[in-house]
Amino acid sequence: MNERFAPLELADAAYEREKNEAPSLGFLQDSWRRLRKNRSAVVSLSVLVFIVCVAVASIWLTPHNPNRQQLEHGNLPPRIAGLSIPGFDGKMTTRGRVIDKYAQEGIPDDVSYFLGTDDLGRDLFSRLLAGVRVSLLIAFIAAFLDLTIGVAFGLISGLGGERVDSVMQRFLEILAGIPNLVVMILMLTIFKPGILTIILAMIVTGWISMARIVRAQTMKLKNQEYVLAATVLGQPRWKIALMHILPNISGVVIVQMMFSIPQAIFFEAFLSFVGLGLRPPNASLGTLLNEGYKAFRVLPYQMWAPTAALSVIMLAFNLLADGLRDAFDPKMSDG
Amino acid sequence: MMKGLGGYLLKRVFYMLATLWLIITITFFLMKLLPASPFTNLDKLSKTQVEILYSQYGLDKPVAVQYLIYMRGFAKGDFGVSFQFKNQPVADLLSERVGPSLQLGLQAILFGTLVGIVLGALAAMWQNTWVDALATIVAILGRSIPNFIFAVILQYVFGLRLGILPIAMWKDFSYTILPTLALSMSPMADAARFIRTEMVEVNNSDYIELARAKGMNRFEIALRHGLRNSLIPLITLLGPMAVGLMTGSLVIENIFAVPGIGEQFVKSITTSDYPTIMAVTVLYSAMLVVVILVVDLLYGIVDPRIRVAGEGDK
Repeated sequence: MNERFAPLELADAAYEREKNEAPSLGFLQDSWRRLRKNRSAVVSLSVLVFIVCVAVASIWLTPHNPNRQQLEHGNLPPRIAGLSIPGFDGKMTTRGRVIDKYAQEGIPDDVSYFLGTDDLGRDLFSRLLAGVRVSLLIAFIAAFLDLTIGVAFGLISGLGGERVDSVMQRFLEILAGIPNLVVMILMLTIFKPGILTIILAMIVTGWISMARIVRAQTMKLKNQEYVLAATVLGQPRWKIALMHILPNISGVVIVQMMFSIPQAIFFEAFLSFVGLGLRPPNASLGTLLNEGYKAFRVLPYQMWAPTAALSVIMLAFNLLADGLRDAFDPKMSDG
Repeated sequence: MMKGLGGYLLKRVFYMLATLWLIITITFFLMKLLPASPFTNLDKLSKTQVEILYSQYGLDKPVAVQYLIYMRGFAKGDFGVSFQFKNQPVADLLSERVGPSLQLGLQAILFGTLVGIVLGALAAMWQNTWVDALATIVAILGRSIPNFIFAVILQYVFGLRLGILPIAMWKDFSYTILPTLALSMSPMADAARFIRTEMVEVNNSDYIELARAKGMNRFEIALRHGLRNSLIPLITLLGPMAVGLMTGSLVIENIFAVPGIGEQFVKSITTSDYPTIMAVTVLYSAMLVVVILVVDLLYGIVDPRIRVAGEGDK
């Protein structure tokens, strides 16, 4: 055999060495890779996962019962057993004198309240956990319903043909003209304030921006070749919507939903803080702020914990949403 | 050109009126559906007393007639009589309260956008430095953290701890500083973010390159080219800002005991003062709808492409 026709081993190795290709990544993998590079988004995501886990775990495990009232334990400042950091040592300043509130009230040494107690002697740490849970629950349900209604409306309007689209858009324009604050307040005046009412009040107008975005994206995609091909092949319209359009706009939809979660948290806190949302025996971030604010001038510690919790949650959701937006669509980043 | 603008204006005004009519009508009928009676001690009164009360407030007539009376009064600026403050017309009650709310809102929007513009412009001029980082932090905090949290912190620091500024009430200008600051955080954040993004984009354009080549210094470039081109689109932010301020006024006015519309709104909801609730609802909606219309028109005049696009998609 002629040696000159033998395959050249070296060339193969060189080809391997010179080969220049990245592993092929799907849309989600690619976005995830970009998201991981964004430090603030990763930190926010970890913080949120932690908060959600703690909030869920607190259904079974809390240091004290969040609703148990013990009047003799009322208005105790924060104390963490074994720690003597100022602010968490059970001491407080009243009229210029530092007193150990726990010793004064005769509370046994083994009873400590991490974040203190309110005027009815309820443990504020346990109430905070319960409050975060309720606020997150409201926000997640509201965001999910916004998503469902908005996506359905947007897809139908975008694909339904000119007449359907025109009717649906006029309806949307009029509805969007009504300020959401007004709608929420009317709903809360008419129905009994509660978790369901708040959710309902938020979704009446909350889905509109989602519907608009989904419609605009659908309009953009529906003349793409793959959609035309599917139409020509006789796919029914609902199948095109769900199997071809929806997966391709999922990034935009997820980002929009991530922005609507903190907005729902804000509105719950806002309404309950003013006294129009949930009412005090229920714990939520808004009601805790509302109760803490009443004692704020004398006992500021009752206000700081829910304030910090709300701020951290709002910041984390907003940063994560920003990160996701940049990850799904690098072109939309603010540079 | 003028015809296009006129048609656009007409269309928008029509939608505005339709929306307002819808809001008024829905509010009216929702209020009629409410089970609670406006009079608290109804069962203690005799039958004739109740009848007199109902006829005094016009509640004895059929709902359709009440609706017509309400709409007619509405056109004349008569919103009925408050249930909470006996014999006080709602229109008078509210007109006393428009002033403080308006002053707070304008101060907040002016201060917020001005500081925001400066922050955003500085951030764009020194992109990726500590100035930029600071502006970004302000923008993120202002956008994420609710204004009532800022209000409480400001009240604690400046009112309680330092004792420099009054904690609450409404007397002279010093009383307006803290609520204005609290309200201005989110317009500030929005403006800073917006201006920064716009200016960074403009900074990469050819004419800025040319200005630099001609030897203009960075302040001149930023002022004469960058900022000027970024300010016009800022108009679009005014609509969302107005919405945010109205929501904010509800809670900020409560925290600082400002005798404004927002405070009255919350009070009338908690006391079931239906005529006042309806009037404030309509007032808020009307203000918002008008602000958004004006913003859109301004933008349509400044940037004709919007109008043309609006005509085009029909």
